[in-house]
Amino acid sequence: MIWDLHCHLNGIPGRTPDEQMARLIECADRMQIDRLVLFMGTPFLLDPKPEEFRDQNDQVLQAISHWHHRAFGFVYLNPIYESESLAELDRCVANGPMTGIKLWVAKRCDAASVDAIVRRAIELNVVIYQHTWLKTTGNLDGESTPEDLAKLARRHPEASLICGHTGGNWELGIRTVRDLPNVSVDLGGGDPTAGIVEMAVRELGASRVLYGSDVAGRSFASQLAKVTGAEISEADKQMILGQNLRRLMMPVLQRKGVRL
Amino acid sequence: MTIDVNVSLSRWPSRRLPLDETPRLVERLVRHGVTQAWAGSFDAILHNDIAAVNHRLATECSIADNGLLWPMGAVNLKLPNWKDDLKRCHETHGMRGIRLLPSSHGYGLDDPEFAELLGMLSDFRMLLQIAIRLEDPRTQHRLLSVKDVELAPLPSLMKEHPDVPVILLNAFPAANSELASLLATSARVYFEIATLEGLAGLEKQIQLLPPERLLFGSHAPFFMLESAVLKLQESAMPAPIQKQITHENAELLINTLEK
Repeated sequence: MIWDLHCHLNGIPGRTPDEQMARLIECADRMQIDRLVLFMGTPFLLDPKPEEFRDQNDQVLQAISHWHHRAFGFVYLNPIYESESLAELDRCVANGPMTGIKLWVAKRCDAASVDAIVRRAIELNVVIYQHTWLKTTGNLDGESTPEDLAKLARRHPEASLICGHTGGNWELGIRTVRDLPNVSVDLGGGDPTAGIVEMAVRELGASRVLYGSDVAGRSFASQLAKVTGAEISEADKQMILGQNLRRLMMPVLQRKGVRL
Repeated sequence: MTIDVNVSLSRWPSRRLPLDETPRLVERLVRHGVTQAWAGSFDAILHNDIAAVNHRLATECSIADNGLLWPMGAVNLKLPNWKDDLKRCHETHGMRGIRLLPSSHGYGLDDPEFAELLGMLSDFRMLLQIAIRLEDPRTQHRLLSVKDVELAPLPSLMKEHPDVPVILLNAFPAANSELASLLATSARVYFEIATLEGLAGLEKQIQLLPPERLLFGSHAPFFMLESAVLKLQESAMPAPIQKQITHENAELLINTLEK
């Protein structure tokens, strides 16, 4: 069972979200990927205004509308617009089919304006995927580091948070979230460097490690390879490739009556 | 049958890698059907005694199973008497090619010594590998932080040395498609797929570059070997093109050197 935590429509050929989704599923089938989590639309917007993130979420809602047996959507929010983000969270998750939250690079996630979103996520029992990077070449102004996420996680120990890209510089990202059991790490989006999975499993335990690809910027191939080629047990690979994400999402899936 | 043109032996400077012992790397290559692997040495990134690096590389390759590993010696154009290193690669070790690491060694392809090197490679009938990058600049160790190699000087240089086959390693995405296309169509410049990304990226790439200029490369053991292997599965390609990429193009390249 393979569940991909981290997929985008942006970069997939197609005139509409439906066409893009068909192409995405075609390629996922070649790699035996069962389920896909989508967030954000086209084009990528670093600091979307409310009408823009609503449009991005509409694209994802359209894309998954014929693929509920294969795909989930996470709602894309911008914490700079707190009240509008909370309204969008209710539109897409509380009252819609989406099953998680995506936060990107508009605002660093240790900001107080993120707290209201986290509190609502806890009420709705959904995970928050927070993009994180710690770039040797320097971060964007609003781009969160693993340390920012660690601060957020300490403020909200009951929240289920995902450290996107394992912080990019994964040796540092893994160290930063090591003592935070409510934080899992996403393997997607970086080069397929050898050793990332072995270190993550050693330091965090396999149950906190999640496969994600970051297609269409990345390939399924390079990101699956991190897990399939890792020097870990088959049981750990199965957890990372799908079982862990299924477990994290199970509360909201059950509440929505999603049949697996 | 697969020829991997981009593997390395020895130790990555800033971390141990799961497959950085040659027997373990060889076992993994064989498991995935690699029948020949062109290997450089990570030691060349920082070592100044390049002759010793190349001697160890040649020795290590010679004891691997069934001639699986073909050594690609290192030459650092910023070291004194680099021409002697090149001669030893050719005359002492019988290497078919060399691998340059311009970013790590601090020069660009507009360096006059690079043009001189091309002339010597032409005389020796050797191929040239150029590592456009070894690691994403965003994740590099702060003490090993370097930029990608600029390809802009290459088209004019290749006109002067059209007989030297050049393989650009880890060239995606640094090679923009326009420049890559110019190089691939106007000269004997090849690209390997270790850093090729995107959904079904290979399927897209064969529309942009001539398939006869694409080679299988993994950048193992720094990258997971399986990444390159799975790229062939993710992209739908006609079987003849897949054969070209996995081994036929590399075989042809070598055959032309040996004529």
